[in-house]
Amino acid sequence: MSFFFEVLVGGLLAGVMYSLVAIGFVLIYKASGVFNFAQGSMVLFSALTFVSLLERSYPFWLAFVLTLLIMLVLAWVIERWVLRKLVNRSPITLFMATLGLSYIIEGLAQSLWGAQVHGLDLGINDEPFEVLGLLLSQFDLFASAVAGSLVIILSLFFNKTRTGIALRAVADDPLAALAVGINLQRLWLIVWGVAGFVGLVAGLLWGARLGVQFSLSLVVLKALPVLIIGGFTSITGCIVGGLIIGASEKLAEIFIGPYLGGGIENWFPYVLAMLFLLVRPAGLFGERQIERV
Amino acid sequence: MSATPLLSIKNIEVIYEQVILAVKNISLEVAANSVVSLLGANGSGKSTTLKAISGLVHAQRGEIADGQIEYLGEVVNHSAPHRLVKQGLVQVLEGRHCFQHLSVEENLLTGGYIHRPSKAKLNAQLDNIYGYFPRLKKIRKSLAGYTSGGEQQMVAIGRALMSDPKLVLLDEPSMGLAPQIVEEIFEIIKNLRDNHGVSFLVAEQNAAVALRYTDYAYVLENGTISDEGTAQKINQSGELLASYLGR
Ligand SMILES: Nc1ncnc2c1ncn2[C@@H]1O[C@H](COP(=O)(O)OP(=O)(O)OP(=O)(O)O)[C@@H](O)[C@H]1O
Ligand SMILES: [Mg+2]
Repeated sequence: MSFFFEVLVGGLLAGVMYSLVAIGFVLIYKASGVFNFAQGSMVLFSALTFVSLLERSYPFWLAFVLTLLIMLVLAWVIERWVLRKLVNRSPITLFMATLGLSYIIEGLAQSLWGAQVHGLDLGINDEPFEVLGLLLSQFDLFASAVAGSLVIILSLFFNKTRTGIALRAVADDPLAALAVGINLQRLWLIVWGVAGFVGLVAGLLWGARLGVQFSLSLVVLKALPVLIIGGFTSITGCIVGGLIIGASEKLAEIFIGPYLGGGIENWFPYVLAMLFLLVRPAGLFGERQIERV
Repeated sequence: MSATPLLSIKNIEVIYEQVILAVKNISLEVAANSVVSLLGANGSGKSTTLKAISGLVHAQRGEIADGQIEYLGEVVNHSAPHRLVKQGLVQVLEGRHCFQHLSVEENLLTGGYIHRPSKAKLNAQLDNIYGYFPRLKKIRKSLAGYTSGGEQQMVAIGRALMSDPKLVLLDEPSMGLAPQIVEEIFEIIKNLRDNHGVSFLVAEQNAAVALRYTDYAYVLENGTISDEGTAQKINQSGELLASYLGR
């Protein structure tokens, strides 16, 4: 039984890592209705920039701040030169644009920093340690704490600050937001900046886990089932979706895997997401239209 | 009408998606401290005219292909909506367009950010709005999406008033509302004009109500102005009725 809980808790903690990536999607989707395929490249780009700066012996905090600044510049360039040209286009056009962007960002990362694999050490050792009789990964606990703080900060931002409330307004009704004098371009810039920050945090944690390499941009694929289960519009949904995916894939691997020859961890989340699509297309926390006249 | 109008439109023409001609040859004026109405049947071009003034047509793949819009003596054909709101010109959209997942109070707040007011000033502004619409204060914590049609219209108007406007473009405030609520809303409009110096350009299909509160009216038909005059004159001429019947 304690083994079961160990797997469960381990899975939950690992799931938080997926949530981190999913949050970046939700931010941009809420503010502009765009499914930003380039989020994965942003995760890669930020992690790569960060380690490259570390390797050039910048101190940790300076590398973090510089990377963040670079992500903000990237956000500005994207808003100014891509999104602004495409306002009022159909969602599929915007999606295609972000698909193109993802290649450009990856190419940029490669030409700036080279294509080799970098190790990233955040100084947290990954030795398991014991909590309440369960052996847990210290790194996973750290990642969860980071994700938890991020969620609290974001929810304060969205509910208490003027910019946050304006962002929710834009997510609800962009035309009305324009009509009351909200400057959409400024808000897009902010939201891409925040998504860049979240991408940086995700990039550091994933980079520390997997090594900083080009396959890092594929973590987006892991975020997809999380989004489908949690809903594309809810940060809470990201967390819950991540927990569900993390826990169920680990449990499935350990307890069902042996009967199916193992390796089910890789496809199980997608099957689960498909089942959710059938039952609850808007996801667990997705906002459905309020019907009322 | 007074010497320098708040708003003056000369011969504008609006085209959507580069091919759809929605209105042409529209000229109208709104004097300071007045309520002007824009009457017409479905599709006659009322909303298009208002959105051309507020700059929102550009967000709907529309463009002002010809003519000139002057606000406070300045040509504003290409002004972004948020710049106009900052200068005191704000539109209340047809169909209310409340932010459904925001509370009533948050809806109002969004309208007040434009001048970057201090917290105290923002709260004072909120109190003003609750003064005009006491009902909103009682439901300030409810999600706007769950309030009644009349309440949503009040939220939409209150939200626009938060920016402390000189001119409000009001698109079909009576739509889908009970006569008593419509009356209540027009009374508030009258009060704002009489006591607070706010002017209104109101697009309405409900000419009967609008004309009772109107200083001057324009009748739109098939995208052009077919008649204009004081409320009394419009009531007497046959143009209004004819425009609704489509001749
Ligand atoms: N976004 C748009 N794209 C293309 N055509 C449009 C658009 N908006 C309006 N039109 C067209 O412009 C014309 C005028 O429409 P408008 O909405 O201004 O009329 P209205 O007087 O406000 O009508 P209603 O009383 O139904 O609100 C109509 O023929 C309409 O089909
Ligand atoms: Mg209309």
